Amino acid sequence: MSILRYAIYRFMTMLLTLLVVSALVFVIINLPPGDYLSNQIAELRASGQSAGVAKAEFLRKEYALDRPLYQQYLIWIGFIPGPQGFSGLLQGDFGWSFEFDRPVAEIVGESLWLTVLVNVAAVLFVYMIALPLGVLAAARSRTWVDYTSAFVGYLGLATPNFLLALIMFYYGHKYFDLPIGGLMDPRFEGEPMTFEKMNSILIHLIVPTFVIGTSGAAAMMQRLRANLLDELGKPYVETAIAKGMAPSRMLTKYPLRMAFNPFVADIGNLLPSMVSGSVLVSVVLGLQTIGPTLLTALKTQDQFLSAFVLMFVALLTLMGTMISDVLLVLLDPRIRYEGRET
Amino acid sequence: MTPLLSVENLSIGFGDAEPVVQNVNFEVAPGETLALVGESGSGKTVTCRAVLRILPRIARIATGRITLNGGEAPLTLTELSERKMRDIRGDRVSMIFQEPMRSLSPLHKIGNQVSEVLWLHRGMSEKEAKREVLQTFDRVGFPDPERAYGSYPFELSGGMRQRAMIAMAMVSKPDLLIADEPTTALDVTTQAQVLGLIKELQQETGMALILVTHDLGVVANMAEKVVVMHKGRVMESGSAADVLRAPAHPYTQQLFDAAPAIPDRAAVGLPMPGDDLILEMKNVSKTYTMRAGSAWKPEVKIHACRGVDLKLARGKTLAIVGESGSGKTTAARIALGAELPDSGGEVLFRPSGDEQQIAVHQMSRAARTAFQREAQMVFQDPYSSLSPRMRVLDAMTEPLEIHKIGSTSEQRDKAAEMLQRVGLNSDMLKRFPHAFSGGQRQRLSIARAMMLDPSLLVCDEPTSALDVSVQEQILTLLEEIQERLNLSYLFISHDLAVVARIADEVAVMRQGLVIEQAPPETLFYNPQHPYTKALIAAQPEPDIDRPIDLKLVAQGAGSPDNWSEAFRFSDTVIPSLIELEPGHKVRRHV
Repeated sequence: MSILRYAIYRFMTMLLTLLVVSALVFVIINLPPGDYLSNQIAELRASGQSAGVAKAEFLRKEYALDRPLYQQYLIWIGFIPGPQGFSGLLQGDFGWSFEFDRPVAEIVGESLWLTVLVNVAAVLFVYMIALPLGVLAAARSRTWVDYTSAFVGYLGLATPNFLLALIMFYYGHKYFDLPIGGLMDPRFEGEPMTFEKMNSILIHLIVPTFVIGTSGAAAMMQRLRANLLDELGKPYVETAIAKGMAPSRMLTKYPLRMAFNPFVADIGNLLPSMVSGSVLVSVVLGLQTIGPTLLTALKTQDQFLSAFVLMFVALLTLMGTMISDVLLVLLDPRIRYEGRET
Repeated sequence: MTPLLSVENLSIGFGDAEPVVQNVNFEVAPGETLALVGESGSGKTVTCRAVLRILPRIARIATGRITLNGGEAPLTLTELSERKMRDIRGDRVSMIFQEPMRSLSPLHKIGNQVSEVLWLHRGMSEKEAKREVLQTFDRVGFPDPERAYGSYPFELSGGMRQRAMIAMAMVSKPDLLIADEPTTALDVTTQAQVLGLIKELQQETGMALILVTHDLGVVANMAEKVVVMHKGRVMESGSAADVLRAPAHPYTQQLFDAAPAIPDRAAVGLPMPGDDLILEMKNVSKTYTMRAGSAWKPEVKIHACRGVDLKLARGKTLAIVGESGSGKTTAARIALGAELPDSGGEVLFRPSGDEQQIAVHQMSRAARTAFQREAQMVFQDPYSSLSPRMRVLDAMTEPLEIHKIGSTSEQRDKAAEMLQRVGLNSDMLKRFPHAFSGGQRQRLSIARAMMLDPSLLVCDEPTSALDVSVQEQILTLLEEIQERLNLSYLFISHDLAVVARIADEVAVMRQGLVIEQAPPETLFYNPQHPYTKALIAAQPEPDIDRPIDLKLVAQGAGSPDNWSEAFRFSDTVIPSLIELEPGHKVRRHV
């Protein structure tokens, strides 16, 4: 029961954090002088196109950009009514993208879920690779197994992701007939989900997952190995051996359980670093994720679009942290019972 | 009669280096207790681990045979396959380790960890194993076995964890139990109770016991046979009675001489002089508030110190004795100004005889800096209190640099001088701490504390991590320095025997209260409080004719409710300290 209570508590703090993050995001985006529309108006005036100016002025009013910053923020969140009444994030209105001249929701639409998909796939990949390899490297430390995995791991760490992406593309296409670029066959774009579409997405996922996941997996493998080696020297391991346990069972029951904590705690850190780290890869690979959109939005000061994307990344991060916190409580009785009266 | 276990001509080496254990021979008969005695580095631990073949990976058994009898056929453990060896471990031969805090997995319930032995070796179901384990828990003295079964190690005290370890080792009813310093990490009274338990269990089940220890007192209380080891070789072996009554080998004799003992001759010590007090603690209390698990429950208050009044005269040694959790370290931290006492308490310090007393907790910044130069600390663990990345020279001159004293060359000369004063060589300045033994490191710590020419030294268990012979040397060194420089010591210890030697006055603490206070001679000859009596009784003496009186220990060391009416205290009703004779105070109702 206490777990549920903790999860609820954690969820509430997450919402609070999200609120603080939203304020920060909004302030930071508005730090550079000017906004998209005032830039545009200045440009139009310089070239003498007064018709465009009127439209831009209209948009400025329409989206309350002429109001003080704190009011803009409150309108954006949906706490106070804007020119069209209550219509902010809370009401499900994500705002207007000036750069693309379309609603934000329409632009991000599918790419949101594709971003989640790519990154979750990459995280799973990281764990699936790092867990067995890390354990193996620790259990056979200072043997060729250890050295080989360390070598491959460091290679993975040291290779720039976009370079790896290009190499993978070339060879993947040449030898395995993997598709080049994108997250699905172009004919499925904008189509409703079908079995073929899913299949196409899965095949397209292989290269990006590998590219985005490699360095994370290499780093995590080394961490797991080091943690596990530390644990292997502890007295309780000796106790387990003296009990007559077989080495493999002993390893998985005791030290691995202990070494697992940082592993789990990493979930929260992994997500944001992957999202931001995968921007470049997404550009190179032509993935329809949110990364390239964010890049354009930030460059052009398209404030509602970039704010929304940043909020989305923050949400992912906070969810990851929350998941890992709750998992840790489930896994480690020392955390679970902290503060329990004796 | 065939011995249960025989070790013949055993030599063990690490890599290609010279063997750390050479030609060791001994035999253990069924039901017998053999003590492997030696100091750190003597090879006793490696020897006992070789029996179960749980040595570090680079260790190799070079020569020798270990044979286990008593089964259908004798087994040569040194030649058994790893698979067969696993059936021996935990079933026919089980082991208890030194540190109960770290020898159990913190993430698994005690019941799970103990039952595992039965799952592995008896193929029992979870339910069958649980029944058996609960019986064993009951036998080893868990008041509520069912609750212990579902507990995690961190929910139990050190003594209880060691009981859980014993239960784990005993649940399979082994023929041989190997106990590697099973009580070294425990308080004396807990040690006495755990040793008593092991002995009882042994009598019940008839198992043999190999007890690895550095403490001759423990040997005298437990063993029938003794093997004394030094630098990997057996120095002397024989029946415990023979070896302890008339040690034949000089090394054994040396161990005897080094073992501190509680004197029991009739003597009355002089009370601490009261005219020139360097440190005075008046009515010092410290209450910690534990944050409750949820906002709706009240906070838990922990009284670490309750109304402590202590006086330390210049050039004397005041010892605070107590078990873990008694509040002795908190008292010392408050004395050093590292922690603030509850309001109403006061600590006064007088730098020299003709100066005014200053209140430690109300000092100005400048006065505080001056005080920090006057009062220095020597810590318990010389392995972790010296930075492994700093050369001795840097570690020693750091205090001078912080206080901006002297030029670099002056600082260096001072460091060299201090090293010589503690019996080290000044050409060791360039080395890193890892190049030193435990005793040498503790000398370094003392030298470092001396760098600022303090007048007060707070020693927090400075010898409890050391071997007896090294402990003896460190105590001698502390005595010498005190005599030469007229230093005052506040000495924190759990070991009455150590305190007996060095202190001018002893204050015994229990649950944050000073319960008895007297010069050591008086305290040991005429202890009044049941808890003091228990502490004295629990001290294992290297005398085979004076076993530990477990009843006295259990009564005095238990909860205050077991004490006779006159001494009882609760959270609300606390009797005051009454002066029985000059300098001898005891906390009791009138």
